Amino acid sequence: MFLAGGTNLLDLMKLEIETPTHLVDVQDLKLDAIEETTEGGLRIGALATNTAVAADARIRRDYSVLTRAIVAGASGQLRNKATTAGNLLQRTRCPYFYDTNMPCNKRKPGSGCAALGGYSRQLAVIGSSDQCIATYPGDMAVALRVLDAAVETVKADGTARTIPIAEFHRLPGTQPQRDNSLERGELITAVTLPRPIGGRHFYHKVRDRASYAFALVSVAAVLQKDGSGRVAFGGVAHKPWRVEAAEAALPLGAPAVAAQVFADAQPTEDNKFKISLAERTLASVIAQARS
Amino acid sequence: MEFNAPAGTNLFDKSRIVGKPTPRIDGPLKTTGTAPYAYERHDVAPNQAYGYVVGAAISKGRIVSMDLSEARSAPGVIAIVAAPETQPLGKARSNIAPLFGGDEIAHYHQAIACVVAETFEQARSAAGLIRTVYGREEGAFDLAAAAPAAGLAKGRGGKPDRKLRGDFEAAFAVAPVKLDAQYTTPDETHAMMEPHATIAAWHGDQLTLWTSNQMIDWAKSSMAQILDMKPENVRIDSPFIGGGFGGKLFIRSDAVMAALGAKAAGRPVKVTLQRPLVVNNTTHRHATIQRLRIGAERDGRITAIAHENWSGNLYGSEGEDGTLQTPKLYSGENRLTANYVAALDLPEGNAMRAPGEAVGHLALEAAMDELAELLDMDPVELRIRNEPQSVPGTPDKKFSDRNLVRCLRDGAERFGWSRRATKPGQVRDGRWLVGMGVAAGYRGGPVQKSGARVRLETDGRITVETDMTDIGTGSYTIIAQTAAETMGVPLEQVTVKLGDSRFPASAGSGGQWGAASSTAGTYAACVSLRRAIGEKLGFNGDTATFADSRIHLSNRTIPLTDAGSMAAEDQITFGEFKREYDVGTYAAHFCEVGVDVFTGETRIRRMLAVCDAGRILNPLSARSQVIGGMVMATGAALMEELAVDKRFGFFVNHDLAGYEVPVHADIPHQEVVFLETEDPIASPLKAKGVGELGICGPGAALANALYNATGVRVRDYPITLDKYLDELPDLATI
Amino acid sequence: MAGSAGYGLSRRGVLAASAASAAFTAVPLSAHSATRKREPGAVPVSFEVNGQHVELSLDTRTTLLDALREHLKLTGTKKGCDHGQCGACTVLVNGVRINSCLSLAVQHEGDEVTTIEGLGTPDRLHPMQAAFIKHDGYQCGYCTPGQICSAVAVLKEIEAGIPSHVQADVTSRPEPSNIEFRERMSGNLCRCGAYSNIAEAIAEVAGAKA
Repeated sequence: MFLAGGTNLLDLMKLEIETPTHLVDVQDLKLDAIEETTEGGLRIGALATNTAVAADARIRRDYSVLTRAIVAGASGQLRNKATTAGNLLQRTRCPYFYDTNMPCNKRKPGSGCAALGGYSRQLAVIGSSDQCIATYPGDMAVALRVLDAAVETVKADGTARTIPIAEFHRLPGTQPQRDNSLERGELITAVTLPRPIGGRHFYHKVRDRASYAFALVSVAAVLQKDGSGRVAFGGVAHKPWRVEAAEAALPLGAPAVAAQVFADAQPTEDNKFKISLAERTLASVIAQARS
Repeated sequence: MEFNAPAGTNLFDKSRIVGKPTPRIDGPLKTTGTAPYAYERHDVAPNQAYGYVVGAAISKGRIVSMDLSEARSAPGVIAIVAAPETQPLGKARSNIAPLFGGDEIAHYHQAIACVVAETFEQARSAAGLIRTVYGREEGAFDLAAAAPAAGLAKGRGGKPDRKLRGDFEAAFAVAPVKLDAQYTTPDETHAMMEPHATIAAWHGDQLTLWTSNQMIDWAKSSMAQILDMKPENVRIDSPFIGGGFGGKLFIRSDAVMAALGAKAAGRPVKVTLQRPLVVNNTTHRHATIQRLRIGAERDGRITAIAHENWSGNLYGSEGEDGTLQTPKLYSGENRLTANYVAALDLPEGNAMRAPGEAVGHLALEAAMDELAELLDMDPVELRIRNEPQSVPGTPDKKFSDRNLVRCLRDGAERFGWSRRATKPGQVRDGRWLVGMGVAAGYRGGPVQKSGARVRLETDGRITVETDMTDIGTGSYTIIAQTAAETMGVPLEQVTVKLGDSRFPASAGSGGQWGAASSTAGTYAACVSLRRAIGEKLGFNGDTATFADSRIHLSNRTIPLTDAGSMAAEDQITFGEFKREYDVGTYAAHFCEVGVDVFTGETRIRRMLAVCDAGRILNPLSARSQVIGGMVMATGAALMEELAVDKRFGFFVNHDLAGYEVPVHADIPHQEVVFLETEDPIASPLKAKGVGELGICGPGAALANALYNATGVRVRDYPITLDKYLDELPDLATI
Repeated sequence: MAGSAGYGLSRRGVLAASAASAAFTAVPLSAHSATRKREPGAVPVSFEVNGQHVELSLDTRTTLLDALREHLKLTGTKKGCDHGQCGACTVLVNGVRINSCLSLAVQHEGDEVTTIEGLGTPDRLHPMQAAFIKHDGYQCGYCTPGQICSAVAVLKEIEAGIPSHVQADVTSRPEPSNIEFRERMSGNLCRCGAYSNIAEAIAEVAGAKA
């Protein structure tokens, strides 16, 4: 298993949720550059820290939804250590995943899901399965999703590939132990951003305290003057949640978008509030864009 | 010294040091990382090994088998102490379940083993190799389900805890204005920043524990009870404690596992509870259900008030009594309070900062706000209208010194209360709905006997030794101030040594009694020393003036150093006369919040506390105590909740990511005002504590401000946005 | 309660009895029994701590935090949670603040580590330490070293123009303001609730610098 910033992996290893027999420290692979691509976008090295990415002048200017998402996450200390690749690979914060005494199909396939029928306030309202209702906890990837970023990797046999961010994180289905589409031994080398798309960039993260907490719901949005735009939601599913088809409704307002985005939602009694919260948070973002 | 009559004019009325804002004398140590906390005492015992505690994976049942073979042969392992191989230990003060031993599991994460190894990493790794087979039994984990069948708690003298005055039911029935509302508060955890930790070392049958404990004398006797040994063979040392809030009042499993581990390993062992274990292994504040019924005349006078409270605990042991402040705060002829406790199989509930009152105010003071609205009356005025002349629940008792009305009026003036919109949901500031709230606060001002030893050194330095603890409360400094004032030396000339059971027993840190009691004990010892110096040098130590490191007599002045090296020990005890009085501390809390009209996010804009707690010994650290209480009250009102899994019977969010406490971003500048009052009934220094006063009321002021902002009343704490989101203005209307 | 089927709650614990209230599917434990653990062994590592070169031989599992506290006996850096949830372990590595609990010591070969002991001593306080004392920016003292290390770094981060969540416009330079301090300090929990005073201590140092 690869070790970079370690801010999630070491946490999980101490609890024996992750028990790798070998760790390969990849910190010195010099993959921390942020460079312009020939297509007019940016290539962010896998090992660029969250702080470095958020502070990059080009990202602040052209992709500020990404800066905003990163600085809404974790703490200054963690962002100084956490890397771009590691952030994509964050595991869920489901409390049953974190307690090794509890059944969890993600941690121990086939053992059951204690979150079903349990404490699920923070957990997924859409895209979940009867095996797992965990959420992907990160913020950065939600912004990457609206930016149509891509993840560049190299496999153990040396072949490289590019995975669209939409296909990077998975839904739990019958294999909740698999968070993403990486193969065994496959290493993320970079994240690429296409050409800037202009517009006003927003990342609104709602949580129970004002900072240093995982999202109840977050909204990443890039909105254009004509009312069109893109929007993705965090804190609601096993992956950043974006329904491109619903974006056509953005000029009509948040309820029209949310109705489509969450049409197939299957919330629990504890977390059904996330659907109206997502709608209201998007409404807030749209109101700001119009002001 | 017995404090057996109200304090008259004394040296503290002309004090030069006591009562002045004084930076903490332990500040240079704490800010440079050189103050030693329990787990860090590398110097006290050589060759320390590391213990790692294993917690039970079930909430109720028994251990069928435990396979230690793999763990025992793991690298670096020195010894393993396992519950099935250990007779259940004795139970000490306020331990409900045995801290260790035997097959029975009483609650989730109860300690079942401790692995001792050469390194922390080895101990942790080996702990993961222990294989335990459990037989799980059904348990009761749902307070709401258990409450209807709960019996009355045992009150004073073992009598059922139900108090009646007049005829509540009849008076309530005919009251022209009535409120009947139910409030709930969740289980909470202390979440002190330093997890419970202990280093244990044996020398023959002598046990020393370098630990983190608020009550040294209790710890010493408890440890002796638990291990069935003589108290004189136990030494406890806790000079610095990384927060307690009630969670370190009692010996817990860290101390027991370190002691047993050290015995098994034959060398000193250090143990800290890993953070994810703290919540379920140790104690927590119990959840409550509280019903308030208040009947009033149309002019606001309360004629009937009932406060009933339900909580639960392991085996139905002592619960969280939310009614405690209700017999004290407001007048009303016809009264009822009752406190019920259900038997639950969750981990042990016990004291957390202002047990009872902290959550009692969340209910009572929200109810007062609701009553004010029913009466169409200002909530500050409603409280003033019901200011009692004597203690409402026990009218034969007088208040020692009570200035709550001043707190309310002064606070209202300072806060700009008159600008509050009477009708809720009316004030907008951009995207924010803005509201103000008020609450009163009451917390008892008890004292306990407290001892100290004071030494005069040949160079004129004064050293105070007492087993009093400083859990962040500022004990070091107020004790030094007291000794400096009484012995007439500069503060810099005083050394204070705390937390060692070899020192005279003190009141310890709990129940908001520490400051008043330990300074009184220090004063008593200083008075004894002055008398001894007088006897030695031929003057009356009680009438001489000790100042500027000199002794001023009517006809001459003697340098203090002329006395040479001397020591005196004494304790303060408190006489019967206090029983005629209710000694309390009071506050008026004000809060202004903004609520995002779209998302329901809450941001505190301003907070103010106006406090009446007698002489404030050190306004700098006392203010910190109050703002700290306000922060914890903010957590209780807005975010803190141990989530109960009612199937598995445990607190699910058992770490500091899952259990959210307020962070810097949640807390704006906080204002605290202390009225300049003195309480001659309280102590020779006319002082009372403030450490718990600060958490009594601010949460309700915040809840009332939220209501004023939004027009939505949430009676189920914490008031998280999911509970009112759908009642915020419709998106189409924003 | 009855039954001896051995249904797994987890890798470590086995439930001998079935529980009616447990709404989940369980599988036999044996399928997931951990293989016997191997000792990773000690590895040499050297770095600088507070200007002093140190060489250690450490179990690879040792965190930077435990290397400081247990091996170098620099106990000013605190362990509050060991999981990056409290900030008590904050130190500066090559001038940048991190949580030392979530970093392996062996990842720090050649690094320059500054701990609270390296900022100042009781006799020679760092201005931030002095400001914390003056404003009573602490109570129990356990989170304090982490708060102070973080505060020192926060002022540098603002000066360097690192953006924050509370900036209205992330392309602009951040200002040393109360809300910026509070947002940036939010990774350092203080359960005693000294936040209001800490913000004032930082403001004083920031003002002195300006």
